[in-house]
Amino acid sequence: MTTAVEASGVSARDNGSAILVAENVTMRFGGLVAVDSVDLRVNRGEIMGLIGPNGAGKTTFFNCLTGLYVPTEGSVVFQGAVLPPKPRKVVIAGMARTFQNIRLFANMTALENVMVGRYCRTNTGPLTSIIRGPKFRRDEKATATRAQELLDFVGVGSTTDNLARHLSYGDQRRLEIARALATDPKLLLLDEPTAGMNPQETRQAEELIFKIRDLGLAVLVIEHDMRFIFNLCDRVLCLVQGRALIEGTPTEVQSDPRVIEAYIGTGPEDAADLEEFDEEHGNA
Amino acid sequence: MTTMPRLITPERQQRSDPAAGWVGIAGGVVLAASAFLPWAYAFQALDGMSLFGYPSPLQILGMVLGLLVAGLIICSRRIKPRAKIRVGWVRGAKAAGTGALVFLILVTVAIALELGGLVNVVWGGWIALLGAVIAFVGTRLMVADPTPTLERATLPAWLEILAIAVVMAAVLFASAYVLNLDDGGAFVAFLAFLITVVAVMLRTGAMGWLSAVSRRHRQVLILSAFVVAFLFPFTQGGSDANMSIATQILIFAATAMGLNIVVGLAGLLDLGYIAFLGAGAFTAAVLSKSAFSTVNFHPPFLVTALISGLVAATLGLIIGSPTLRVSGDYLAIVTLGFGEIFRLTMGNLDGENGPNITRGPNGIPAIPNLEAGGFDFGKPHTILGFDLGRFANYYFLLLIFLAFVILVFTRLNNSRIGRGWVAIREDEKAAEAMGVNTFGLKLFAFASGAFLAGLAGSIKAHVDVSITPDQFIFLESAFLLAAIVLGGMGTVLGVLVGATLLKLLPEKLRFISEYRLLAFGLLLILMMRFRPEGLIPSQRRQLEFHEENEELAERIEEEVEDTGALKGAAL
Repeated sequence: MTTAVEASGVSARDNGSAILVAENVTMRFGGLVAVDSVDLRVNRGEIMGLIGPNGAGKTTFFNCLTGLYVPTEGSVVFQGAVLPPKPRKVVIAGMARTFQNIRLFANMTALENVMVGRYCRTNTGPLTSIIRGPKFRRDEKATATRAQELLDFVGVGSTTDNLARHLSYGDQRRLEIARALATDPKLLLLDEPTAGMNPQETRQAEELIFKIRDLGLAVLVIEHDMRFIFNLCDRVLCLVQGRALIEGTPTEVQSDPRVIEAYIGTGPEDAADLEEFDEEHGNA
Repeated sequence: MTTMPRLITPERQQRSDPAAGWVGIAGGVVLAASAFLPWAYAFQALDGMSLFGYPSPLQILGMVLGLLVAGLIICSRRIKPRAKIRVGWVRGAKAAGTGALVFLILVTVAIALELGGLVNVVWGGWIALLGAVIAFVGTRLMVADPTPTLERATLPAWLEILAIAVVMAAVLFASAYVLNLDDGGAFVAFLAFLITVVAVMLRTGAMGWLSAVSRRHRQVLILSAFVVAFLFPFTQGGSDANMSIATQILIFAATAMGLNIVVGLAGLLDLGYIAFLGAGAFTAAVLSKSAFSTVNFHPPFLVTALISGLVAATLGLIIGSPTLRVSGDYLAIVTLGFGEIFRLTMGNLDGENGPNITRGPNGIPAIPNLEAGGFDFGKPHTILGFDLGRFANYYFLLLIFLAFVILVFTRLNNSRIGRGWVAIREDEKAAEAMGVNTFGLKLFAFASGAFLAGLAGSIKAHVDVSITPDQFIFLESAFLLAAIVLGGMGTVLGVLVGATLLKLLPEKLRFISEYRLLAFGLLLILMMRFRPEGLIPSQRRQLEFHEENEELAERIEEEVEDTGALKGAAL
C-alpha cells in the first residue's frame, strides 16, 4: 500500500485521510485537451464538489476517475492503490457512480436494479444456480434483503416491484443512488444528481447525500446548482476549460472573482454556454 | 381491414344486434348439420367427406365450430352477466365465426385442388360454406361485450388441476392426430381449427383464466406437460414414422433451447451455432464403436457425451474470447464465418488435406445404437402391451435431455447470472459501471450454450446413424435462430412451439416443399411486422420490443406485483 502511494508521489502527510488522490490527470481527444493536469483529493467522510461551466470537462474527468476513459497522463490512486482503468475493477475497488442522464435498467423492477448492483459483492456461480441448494437460497435472500434495505434507505422503499421506467424522475435518481450503494462503495460519485429537479426534490437529495456521508462514505458531486453545492460540500473544486481554477471551502470558491466571471461570463460567451446547455439536455 | 369499419359500424351493430344473434345461431346450426352431408365428390379428397350421414373427422371439426358459434351466442343471451367476472361470449362467437369461415374456405379450396376443380365440391359442401358465411356475418353484426375478466375466477384447487389435465390431454390427442395426417390439405384445415379454438379461448377470456391457473399450479403444469410428452409414443402403436419426426423435433428443440441462452438471455446474435452441434456430433461419432471411427478410444456413452460437450464448449471459448469484444452485427458476421469454417474444416480432415479424423465429406457412417445396462436403443420393446420402436427409445432419452436443458435454462435465467444478462441487454455500459462482469458473462453464455449443443450433438450422432459435414450448413443455424425468433426470445414454451412448427410444417406440407424457403421468409417478415417479440414472448422481451406501450407495461407490472417476479422464462 505504501509503495503504491510513494510511487504515485503523494507526500506522507496527505496519506492519513485521503481516500482518492488524482494527480496531474490529463485527457486529450486528438488535439482537444478536455482535462488539463487536474489534481483532486477527496478525504474520507467528506463531500467534495466539482463545479464548472458546461464543457469544462467535469464529466470527462469523472470518466477518467471511474475507468471509463484511460487518462492520457496522470494517475488516480484510490485507498493507496493505483486504480485499474476498467469500470468493473473500479467498482470492486470501492468506487461507485451514477450517470448524468439516468442509466437505469428500465425494464427491470426497482428491486432487480439494486440486486444487479450487488452482483460484484456476491459469488453465486452457475453450478450453485442450477443445483439450487441452500447456499443459493441464502445468497438470493441476502441479496434481496440488502436491496430492499437500500431502497428504504434512499426513500423509494414502496416501489420494489415497479418497473424502473415507471418511477418518477426524482425516484429514478434515488434508485440509481441505491443501485450504486449496493456495490458497497467507499466513495460515491454523483454526476449531476439534481439535474431537472424542483427545489423541493433538490432539498431531499441534499438530505439523502448527508445521510450517505453519515454512513461513513466519501461523496464526490458534480453539479450546476450553485446553492445546492455550496450548502452541501465541505470543499469545492472549480474546473474551467479543463483546468482546475480554484479549490477550497465553499465560501472561498463562492467569493472568488474568477469563478464569478467563469459562470456569469461576458455577453457572447454566455450565450454560447446557454446554447450548449440546451443542446446537451435536449439530447439527454 | 380498411373497408371493414365502414361496412360494420357500431351504430349498425347496435341496431342489428338482436336479429344478428339469431342469424349467427342459424348459421352455426346449418354448418353443424351440414357435417352429415357429403362435401366432396370423391372419397379421396382430404379425409373422406363424400358420404351421406357419416361425417369425416374434418367434417366433425366443422360441426364443432358451428356448434361453438351457436353455443356461444346462446350463452351470451341466456347467462346473466356478473359484475366481477365477465366472460367474452360474443367476442368468442365472433372469433369462432371468423375461424369457421376460414376453415370452410380452406376445406373448399383443398377439395378443389386435390380433385381438380371446384366442380368437385358438392352441395353439402356449399351448404356448409353458406352456413359459415351466415355465421360470420351474423357474429360480425353483433355488439361485442366488454373485455372479459374471467381470469379473476377461482375454483377449488382440484378442479383447476383437473382443467390443466384436460387441456394437456387435448394437447396429446391433437398432436397424435396431427402427426397422423398425411394429407396436406387436411393438415392445413386442422391447423386452422386449432388456431380458431385458441382464438376463441383468448377472446372469451378462457385463456387468461388458464394462464392464471397455471401460474397458481406451476409444478402441476410442468409435471403434466412432461407426462403428456412421455405418453406420446404410446399413441403411435409401435410405428416409427412419426416417432422419427418427433425425435428430430426434440433434437432441434434442445439445440434451440441452448441457443436461446446465447440469443434470448445474453442477447448475443450467433449465426454459427450449428457448428457446436456438429462438434459434439463429430466427437461422439469418432469416439463411437463405428467401424469407420478413426481413433482407437471408445469410452462409454456418458463419457463420450461429456467429452463432446467439453469439445464444443472449448470451441465456444476459443471463438468467443476474441469475438465477444465486438457486438451486434459484427458478432453475427464473425459467428457466421466460424460456422462455415467449421463445416469446411470437417470436410477437409480426410487424411489428404489434413489428418484423417472425420473421413472428409464421407463423414462417419454406421454409428451403432446406444446401449445402457442391457437396454438396446436399437431394438423395439414392449411395455405394458404397447410396442415401442427404435425412435421411441431415443425419444425418451431426448425427452430427459430436453428437460435437463430447460432446467439449466430457467435456473440460470432466474439467478444472479440471469440478472447480469438482463442488465447487459438493457445497458451494457451501465452494467459494466455497476460491477457486472459483462465480458465474463457473455463468454459464459457462449460456452454453456456450446456445451449443451455439444451434448445434443452426441445424441444426434447415434440417432442419425451417420454424421457428415453437410448436415451442418448455415441454413440449419438460420432455422435454429428462426425457431427462437418465431417462438419468442427468452422463453421455454416459445422456443418449444417455434422448434415444433419449424420441424413439423416442412414434414406435413410436402406439397409446398419447393417453396419452403419462400414461405419461411414470408412468415418471418410477417412476424417481424406484426409480432416482433415472437408468438410466446417473455414479459421482459415484450417490454423491450414495445418501449412506448405503457398499457402493456402496466399490465405486466400488475402481474409482477401478484407473483413477485418478472417472468423471464414463462413456461
